Amino acid sequence: MSRLYGARGWAILGACSLVVFVVFPLLNLAVPPEHPLHLSAFWVTLAGKIMCYAMVAVAMDLVWGYAGILSLGHGLFFALGGYAMGMYLMRQIGREGQYQSDMPDFMVFLDWKEFPWHWWMTDQFWWALLLIVAVPGLLALVFGYFAFRSRVKGVYFSIITQALTFAAMLLFFRNATGFGGNNGFTDFKRILGFPITTPETRMALFAITGAALIGTLLLARWIVTSKLGRVLAAIRDAEPRVMFCGYDTMHYKVAIFTLSAVLAGIAGALYVPQVGIINPSEMSPANSIEIAIWVAVGGRGTLAGAILGAGLVNGAKSYFTVAFPEYWLFALGAIFILVTLFLPRGVMGLLEHLPGASRHPSSTRRGKTA
Amino acid sequence: MRILLIALWLAASPAFALDPAAVEKLAFGDSDEKIEAIGALVAGGDPRAAELLQAFSDGEVQTSGKRVLIVRGEEGVDAVTGEKVAQLPAEREDVVANNRLRGAIAGALAALKLFSAERDERLAAARELSGGADASILPLVRKALEKEADPDVKPLLEMTAAAMELKGGSKESRLAAIRMLGSSSHPNAKSLLLEAAAAEADEDLKLEAQKSLRAVDGRLAWGEWLGLGFAGVSLGSILLLAALGLAITYGLMGVINMAHGELIMIGAYTTYVVQGWMRDAGLFEWYLAAAVPAAFLVSGAVGMALERSVIRWLYGRPLETLLATWGISLVLMQAVRTIFGAQNVQVENPAFMSGGIQVLANVVLPWNRIAIIFFALAVLAAMWLLLSRTRLGLYIRGVTQNRAMASCVGVPTARVDTWAFGLGSGIAGLAGCALTQIGNVGPDLGQGYIVDSFMVVVFGGVGQLAGTVYAALVLGFANKLLESWSGAVIAKIAVLVFIIFFIQRRPQGLFALRGRAAET
Repeated sequence: MSRLYGARGWAILGACSLVVFVVFPLLNLAVPPEHPLHLSAFWVTLAGKIMCYAMVAVAMDLVWGYAGILSLGHGLFFALGGYAMGMYLMRQIGREGQYQSDMPDFMVFLDWKEFPWHWWMTDQFWWALLLIVAVPGLLALVFGYFAFRSRVKGVYFSIITQALTFAAMLLFFRNATGFGGNNGFTDFKRILGFPITTPETRMALFAITGAALIGTLLLARWIVTSKLGRVLAAIRDAEPRVMFCGYDTMHYKVAIFTLSAVLAGIAGALYVPQVGIINPSEMSPANSIEIAIWVAVGGRGTLAGAILGAGLVNGAKSYFTVAFPEYWLFALGAIFILVTLFLPRGVMGLLEHLPGASRHPSSTRRGKTA
Repeated sequence: MRILLIALWLAASPAFALDPAAVEKLAFGDSDEKIEAIGALVAGGDPRAAELLQAFSDGEVQTSGKRVLIVRGEEGVDAVTGEKVAQLPAEREDVVANNRLRGAIAGALAALKLFSAERDERLAAARELSGGADASILPLVRKALEKEADPDVKPLLEMTAAAMELKGGSKESRLAAIRMLGSSSHPNAKSLLLEAAAAEADEDLKLEAQKSLRAVDGRLAWGEWLGLGFAGVSLGSILLLAALGLAITYGLMGVINMAHGELIMIGAYTTYVVQGWMRDAGLFEWYLAAAVPAAFLVSGAVGMALERSVIRWLYGRPLETLLATWGISLVLMQAVRTIFGAQNVQVENPAFMSGGIQVLANVVLPWNRIAIIFFALAVLAAMWLLLSRTRLGLYIRGVTQNRAMASCVGVPTARVDTWAFGLGSGIAGLAGCALTQIGNVGPDLGQGYIVDSFMVVVFGGVGQLAGTVYAALVLGFANKLLESWSGAVIAKIAVLVFIIFFIQRRPQGLFALRGRAAET
């Protein structure tokens, strides 16, 4: 149990890194645009976006697949990380906005003369980095502490996390909250002084996202193969028994929930400069539930499955919303229903039935409460 | 100025043509002169004055030398004589109305309507003027006031006249106006007196205004509290309707039905369809009588179909039920969007549901909200009877309390599940039917209620009908009370945060069933 991956796992991981760090940059930057093999900015952005989603999915799989906590608030943590990054990017616009002011356009529009207190220091990149980690982390720590201390669990926990995102969405929709209201942040110009739309910056962001995703996967894998991971799985399968064995399950749950929120926040921070916009609709309860379905499609409690699921669902979404926009919600709804009814172990469960597939000990058992 | 106006009125009224001096001022004067001219023109009560002013406000008045013309397309009319102009002069200049002038014209046009023979038209005009009008039309309002006998129109006019006196009248007339406002209980009286108390330079009048203000405040406070209480009960009844169905499917059966909001939406759309049919049959006034059972049956049937096809296979796996029913809600929403379009559809109130009863001067209780309160009570009573007095209710309670034992004594548990789920869904449909009377009907209708209704059920305590009722009322009141202090969005956030903390303190809800299970 103590090793991260077998030879096969490392090989797949190496192949994926090769694609992210070598193939994509070469096809996008080195191959001239008129060449048939050229990879356009659209595809780089799409792949980068999906990798951000995959990071959230891995974070979600940690709490849901391994600890049995279905959080419907991960969209909130994702958006908070995004907003923290967005504040820095808004400050980087400088005087190039519509109104040529030091203040972001929406503040000029609201006739504000000074930055609100929460914009303090946001022009510093290191402070933005700190916020990206600290804001979702602290929120999850405090919320998780109170929730798990009073043994809120199962569906109750799902519903109150959903209420939390819903409340936050309403809060961020207000202009007076100071995050641009309805429109959120957009029209970014620079990041760390580099213009944000050039192919080189795009590719750099893409590669950083790829590295972050691989890092997240390895960290998550390391956790679930450690002793902590085994306690978490035990909590998922029979929490009272773990408690009667003398473990204080609250600490374990708070720890994994907080870590998961931080990872989601980092994913959100990487998402915003690539997509170029962040607004309160990212916090809608629907988005958070969608994260759960990515994990369910890939297969809960497999980590790699979460990445696979995020890729499959979002790939299908990109295709459907262009080809048959009115049928996407039918397809998504059908995925929700069919996966829960017929594929409780997701695509990874299917793959295991393929001839020649190795049976991994941690993925052959399904959690009781899951 | 007033003397001048009255003189103008005396001079202008018998003539058939409009007063040329006033028309000239209107066309060539500066803003103040123009407003004076508007007052002079309407004082005559000549319908042609209305026509000229309307044309002025629409930008159809032009001047050519000293002549003032109303030009529409290629045709021109002399503004003073009303004669048609055979040949439009080539050199014409537009007379532009700025916002202040437009306001004055709107007021003047409304003032002209005060002399209409129709009561409704006079009432509408008086309402418009009470929103604020230029003081130049005061003589006209006075004149209308002398003739007015209608109990609805007269106080409005008195208010308007008082407001104008406060701005420009002599000390005596200002005092009279303040006293008049002090004895009025119209909501506008308060804001007028506040303005007067702040702006008045004369110390005596200032004191008088403050005294009147206190008198008005005392009378209005009752109305405000009554209005707040009613709004709370009304919201509570809506929450109750939305949550009652959920209290059965989630509270009693333990099924997390995220498609509950969409079942409400289906009930609303059923009402819309029934409304259309009944209108075609000429029975529009009675469509609700057919829509209520139809909404119940359609939503109930959809619910039973869902239970049979999807939810049945997921009993005991609540998190998976949550995801699957979310998927169902997406499909239902998109299906409705495909059939009826993404736009909101129009559901009209029947005549007896529109309007309201005026309890106090500043409190009107709308009939549709009153009807919904009684409807919620009726649904609650019917549900209670069904659960406590019928065989199906007995079965449902039996299966809820001990499924295995119920099955042993011969209760067809699987069928009872289907019926119970259908009942919960049907009540959701009834909620949808009620919601059509107070809000928009669109594919997203249900989304707005799903979080709220879960909050009601969870707050009240799972498995408790009484808890659901109390929770709905408490949340309704809390929402409206906070709203009056801090605005709607903050109120909603505060209530959500409160519930989040409440659940952490008491995970079992307000009214918990006693038990000693380690797993709760």
